[in-house]
Amino acid sequence: MYQFDPKALHLAKEFNAQPIGKHSAELQKVLNLFRGEAMKDKYVLVCTEPHKRWVLSQLTGVRGEKVRMTNHVFTDIDEAERFVFKLRWKKYTGKELRD
Amino acid sequence: MKTIVGYSDKISATPGEAIKFMVSCTGAKSYRAEFVRIIHGDTNPAGPGYKEEKIKAPALAKTFPGRKQEIHAGSYVAIPDSPLFHDLSSFSVSALIWPTTPDKGRQSLLSKWSERSKGGFQLVVDGNKGVAFVLGDGSGKTEEFGTGKALVGREWYFVGATYDAASKQVHVYQEPMEQYAKIDSTAHAKGVSKLKSVARPDGPLVMAAHAKDDSGGRLACAGHYNGKIERPKLANRALSRLELENLHAALVPSDLATAIVGDWDFSRDIMSVKVSDMSPNRLHGEIVNMPARAMKGHNWTGKEMDWKHAPRQYGAIHFHDDDLYDAGWDVDFEFTVPANQKSGVYAVRVYTETDEDFMPFCVKPPLGKAGAKICFLMPTASYMAYANEHMPTNATLAEMLTGQLAVLYPHDVFLNEHREYGASNYDTHSDGSGVCYSSRLRPILNMRPKYASWLGGAGSSLWQFNADGHIADWLEAMGYEFDVVTDEDLHHEGFARIAPYKAILTGSHPEYWSKPAWDALDAWKRQGGRLMYMGANGWYWRVAFHPEKPGMMEVRRGEGGIRAWAAEPGEYYHSFTGEYGGLWRRQGKPPQMVAGTGFSAQGFDISSYFKRQPDSFNPRAKFIFEGVGKDEIIGDFGLIGGGAAGLELDRADRLLGTPPHALVLASSEGHTDIYMVVCEELLINYPAATGSQSPLVRADMVFYELAGGGAVFSSSSIAWSGSLSHNNYKNNVSKITDNVLKRFVDEKPF
Repeated sequence: MYQFDPKALHLAKEFNAQPIGKHSAELQKVLNLFRGEAMKDKYVLVCTEPHKRWVLSQLTGVRGEKVRMTNHVFTDIDEAERFVFKLRWKKYTGKELRD
Repeated sequence: MKTIVGYSDKISATPGEAIKFMVSCTGAKSYRAEFVRIIHGDTNPAGPGYKEEKIKAPALAKTFPGRKQEIHAGSYVAIPDSPLFHDLSSFSVSALIWPTTPDKGRQSLLSKWSERSKGGFQLVVDGNKGVAFVLGDGSGKTEEFGTGKALVGREWYFVGATYDAASKQVHVYQEPMEQYAKIDSTAHAKGVSKLKSVARPDGPLVMAAHAKDDSGGRLACAGHYNGKIERPKLANRALSRLELENLHAALVPSDLATAIVGDWDFSRDIMSVKVSDMSPNRLHGEIVNMPARAMKGHNWTGKEMDWKHAPRQYGAIHFHDDDLYDAGWDVDFEFTVPANQKSGVYAVRVYTETDEDFMPFCVKPPLGKAGAKICFLMPTASYMAYANEHMPTNATLAEMLTGQLAVLYPHDVFLNEHREYGASNYDTHSDGSGVCYSSRLRPILNMRPKYASWLGGAGSSLWQFNADGHIADWLEAMGYEFDVVTDEDLHHEGFARIAPYKAILTGSHPEYWSKPAWDALDAWKRQGGRLMYMGANGWYWRVAFHPEKPGMMEVRRGEGGIRAWAAEPGEYYHSFTGEYGGLWRRQGKPPQMVAGTGFSAQGFDISSYFKRQPDSFNPRAKFIFEGVGKDEIIGDFGLIGGGAAGLELDRADRLLGTPPHALVLASSEGHTDIYMVVCEELLINYPAATGSQSPLVRADMVFYELAGGGAVFSSSSIAWSGSLSHNNYKNNVSKITDNVLKRFVDEKPF
């Protein structure tokens, strides 16, 4: 598995500045790790109001099983990306990402 | 959650033609319906917004009773009931099988069974307990005789069972063709039945499932089997092990031949839904819900890859518990397209207080009576290929491909939980095999206005049907009169369907083409037609339509190309037509031969822009750039990913068929590293195949004249049409498209 330096906070800064779009090669490698996760518990967004409201949800990895919706609701899709980036950063580094 | 859904029996109709509509409404006791023309299905507030025209339709102006309609997915063979089945007292069954989910509970291989009375017999794969014979006396008493040994998945087995009514002896056999060290799955179980007799229930003999309920005139089955079955047989006495095997010999001994009740040979009728009984009893039947045919049998040698050359080696049918052809719902209402209704994209909208669904269709002019010089060719074959795709909930790669969290919309959530609505050609079946057939005789929830897709990039996030609304909307906003024709019309009616048109605009992603549709378009181009390719990744996969059943399409993902699954070697030829499947490029017809450009790269995060190339200053291209500055960046705006160059990109390549005189007018640049070169370009893989490094990650805008006085313009980008409406349709993408179309409808030959 790809490993990265938990102290490389410049990557988080770069991501937060532009979650969707062009990224440096170094950040792209981290994103490939984050976004390539298996389907069990994988984060997705459920759009409940077009262009306005997204609910952070998780897949179970089992075909046909309900998508699990969480209490985290976003009105800006970039904010949802930043939130999930933080969760995954913690998962892979054990460290909290501070704002 | 969706509480009202429906579908129609036709995807295209002429004025005066009747269309049947089938609706399932679970959210209210009743629903209403209206006839609408769909103008712009994109709800993105950054664009023109949702637009439709309501059309008076007195026939729909009433309340319809709501009711739930079920879909019974899962394929099987049904052999109609026969007195011969009722004459049986002792009997034997046998078959060759290749189970793909042997541990997935009880799955019927061959059954004459009544679920209500629990009577009859079933030869089953009984989960981890291997093959079993289930018998029932019809009064509720049942018995099971199983081998107790698990089958190995995706291995061929000879299986059989016998029942002797006099001695009550029961024998069950399972014998693998391949022997592995340390794995013993060979078994012979025997026992004595305590039932007075085995019932002979009414109803069909069913293979790959058993009958559950036939109320309401529709057979519903259960116990669906995943895997292949080959040469199932039924005999009228309890045969010995040797006799069971001899039943499968090329020449059946005469004393045994008289015992045969049914001998079904799936290597016959491969292009059909028929199943033929080779015995004198002629107990023929049909496949239901389109299991895969032209599948390799136990005896496939690998010397022949084409089933037509060695049909006896393709005697297997692969059944799936999630196959679906026709949802088979009762008709809620019939609607006749009003006389003189102008051609266009229409729908019947059904709605309750809390939900709605659209059932879209094309109104085409009567054959030979064009209403305009311009035709929008709706790529319905591609809509069918993507119909009800489950990639955001099934595919690990979804988030990687799009460079963003997969966004699920209400229909994705619904389809994830309602697998009975059938899969797309981008999905795998529950047993992991590829979905090679797709039907439109079911609600297709991603072929709807207002629909958005995880695959459509940032912004409006549109794909296929609803993305193509950007094109039809632009034509309308610019004041063009146009007709609409579908892929299926072109396939069935040929050149005559498009002969009257001066210019044809494609959809944003016309990826799937049958040979008849390809030939019709080719003939039209040779006779002066002017083609505007308004997207990318067109003319990619070869498809076939079923020769007997309407609305059913096949794609075999053979050899290469961007594939959501791969066809098994030896299974590359279409079962519907016998044609070789796969990429057109692999068949010597790359898309560059049709439109000057062909698939080169894809990525699904954000879009980019085009820059003019030296060819754009060629006097031949002057008309295209009237009003566009020489240094002007083209399309650095738009609803699809924020630019006109995005999602999938095509490039010119002389070696793949781009005409030598074609002008490369503009090329895109600056794509992200989510964009990657398509895999058919990677003979040897290398580490610089992404947007920031590979010159193949680009779209080439191309123009060239045709020998018959026609011409071709290709935008070569799926995102192109998402930029048309920017700034109230006043922008350089709109300008270029308008310049081209104005000249293309001019009678003057190129």
